[in-house]
Amino acid sequence: MTSNETVGNTRWHIKNVRILDPFTATDAMGDVFIVDGRFAAGPVQGMTVIEGQGLWAVPRMTDIHVHFREPGQEHKEDLLSGSRAAAAGGFTVVAAMPNTSPVIDSAALVAWERNRAREIGLVELWPMGAVTKGSAGQELAELGLMEEAGAMGFSDDGKPVANARMMRSALSYVSMLGHPIVQHAEDLSLSEGTVMHEGAISHQLGLSGAPAAAESVMVWRDVELSILTSGPLHVAHVTAIGSLEALEYAARRGAPVTAEATPHHLLLTDSAVSDWNSSPISKVNPPLRPTTHRAALRQAVASGLVSVIASDHAPHHMDEKAAPFPQAPYGISGLETSVGAVFTALLHSGLMDPLTLLARMTVGPHRALRAHYPGLVQGAAADLTLIDPHASWIVDSRAFYSQGHNTPMDGMQLKGRAVGTMLRGVWTMREGQVLA
Amino acid sequence: MRDFIKLEGMDSSDLKALISLAESLSEILSRPIKKVPTLRGRAIANVFFEASTRTRNSFELAGKYMSADVINFQASGSSVEKGETLWDTARNLTAMGIDAVVIRHQVSGIPGLLADLLDVPVINAGDGMHEHPTQGLLDLVAAKARKGRLEGLKVAIVGDVLHSRVARSDLWGFQTMGAEVTLVGPPNLLPAELGVAMTSNLEEGIKGCDVIQVLRLQHERQKGGSIPSVREYRALFGITGPRLAQWAPDACVMHPGPQNRGVEIDSDVLDGPQSAVLDQVRYGVAVRMAVLYRLLGGTHDI
Repeated sequence: MTSNETVGNTRWHIKNVRILDPFTATDAMGDVFIVDGRFAAGPVQGMTVIEGQGLWAVPRMTDIHVHFREPGQEHKEDLLSGSRAAAAGGFTVVAAMPNTSPVIDSAALVAWERNRAREIGLVELWPMGAVTKGSAGQELAELGLMEEAGAMGFSDDGKPVANARMMRSALSYVSMLGHPIVQHAEDLSLSEGTVMHEGAISHQLGLSGAPAAAESVMVWRDVELSILTSGPLHVAHVTAIGSLEALEYAARRGAPVTAEATPHHLLLTDSAVSDWNSSPISKVNPPLRPTTHRAALRQAVASGLVSVIASDHAPHHMDEKAAPFPQAPYGISGLETSVGAVFTALLHSGLMDPLTLLARMTVGPHRALRAHYPGLVQGAAADLTLIDPHASWIVDSRAFYSQGHNTPMDGMQLKGRAVGTMLRGVWTMREGQVLA
Repeated sequence: MRDFIKLEGMDSSDLKALISLAESLSEILSRPIKKVPTLRGRAIANVFFEASTRTRNSFELAGKYMSADVINFQASGSSVEKGETLWDTARNLTAMGIDAVVIRHQVSGIPGLLADLLDVPVINAGDGMHEHPTQGLLDLVAAKARKGRLEGLKVAIVGDVLHSRVARSDLWGFQTMGAEVTLVGPPNLLPAELGVAMTSNLEEGIKGCDVIQVLRLQHERQKGGSIPSVREYRALFGITGPRLAQWAPDACVMHPGPQNRGVEIDSDVLDGPQSAVLDQVRYGVAVRMAVLYRLLGGTHDI
């Protein structure tokens, strides 16, 4: 297929593809038809045929935790480069965290961000609004007005809502709205001054470590507050065994609590810090954990206790990441390795079946943020990703569409890759090439 | 061996060779004219991002005793204060023809990363809480001089092990040489997950020991909430004359310095017959000569 065909056509027939649609619990061989931006029931005149043999067709791949850095930190990433990274990684929907400069804490900023992403047109962007004004933890931001302007959730991500009374208030308040509080759970008094997970590796490398409890004590607190208020809570990037226990407790109590895991916490361990010779390339918050925590996290994703996989895509400028460990910023550029990392960790390891795994990247994120999408059915917006589940490839961060080349997966061999991304019937990526 | 970054993971044969080399080079220090031409024409930069007296002087003398040209770079008052990164500082030095970089930095892991970046040998003179490998090596040489061997020795490292780079280098060095190491200190100042024998009972930790390495107690540990008071620390972990006489009368007592007399170690111990602290300092120069010789490939006779 030539790029001319890609750009000009609006009618597509994808043949002999394995349709994996977690929204309708479908796993079947078949054909997919797209006419003028929507899925169609059958072939019509003028369709361009794509051979789908060996590929999977997955609707609405969604990543509800990305940092696109605009406004204010465009040297790290902007809405264009972030959108391109999302398309390259196989995602049609992303939720962008509000810890930009200024913080997205007003309806005007929410509307601006959503409209700017629509102009770019490579990905459906769900804005997240701040929980507190300026994410300063002091006063609630205008959550209701932000939601009217399109906010799909609220988070002070990058830091926690530290004060328990403020968190209680926020959870209680959003119980009247449609979207949850997304908490970056971290007890700052336990983690202050630390740069990695506290354990055998930190003790060997002489790097200051935070215990897993720095995360889990706050997850326990927040679960209690969700029970108290009936407020919907989504726990960002859980990693610790204690946090998973808190989620089980929340489920037993019927609390409206969901949680996500990142590809890097599912794939890597804290030995990445020593493998990278104590370079801050592997510095991320929460930190990479040892295999005991990783094994528990994988099980929790498999069981559905953790119902969302989200990348926490955190691009940084290489000069910033080259600073000594304590000064270097936290974060991994993750959109373009997400599918490969997740498939390698959970699918090819035999831990999960394809449909359940893909639910964590489609229907799970929709439910967590209380969004609705019918699935790969006639009339639905044609948001579709073609995945080659067996493609083996070596991560080369220099080839990223993201401006952030910071990933400790650089040079790793991963298995599984998006080879086509379509947003509302228009290809945004084919064969690794972003089409805008 | 191209760089000297850590004792962890080092082959015992490499370690043994460095110890023997240091032992033979130590003889130079007692010559009336302490100058050999071994490293004539080679230039060494001491790059210190953190205060140091003993280690910097020791490296400088080690280079000079072997006829190398040595320059001392200190971060304060330098281009670093104008915002230059340490990577650029180091690249600039090597562009000036420096043959080896000795670096001390407050951040763990920096010397290892610098070694990846530079084409010349990098020697770690202490990085954060990670390692201080020449200190570890000199502790091995000093202990061996006292005890005649390293294999099978019972070694106790006493104090704030968690924050100590010396303790880590000692631990790996003594273990590699076949000694049995116990870490002794308050539980919140021990690296609990390192998988090494540990105790918070001083008597249990040092009883019958051959070597006791006493670590400096940083006074900021009290402010940071790690210990209640210096007085209580001394009461529980101080190495005093009576304790030493009762529990470890044959032990060689070492301290990497600088010492807090009357806190972690008493003067009667430090200045007494079991103390090896000045041997440590003396061997410190020999050990650094050995490392420089090994990495810079000295060609002249010693």
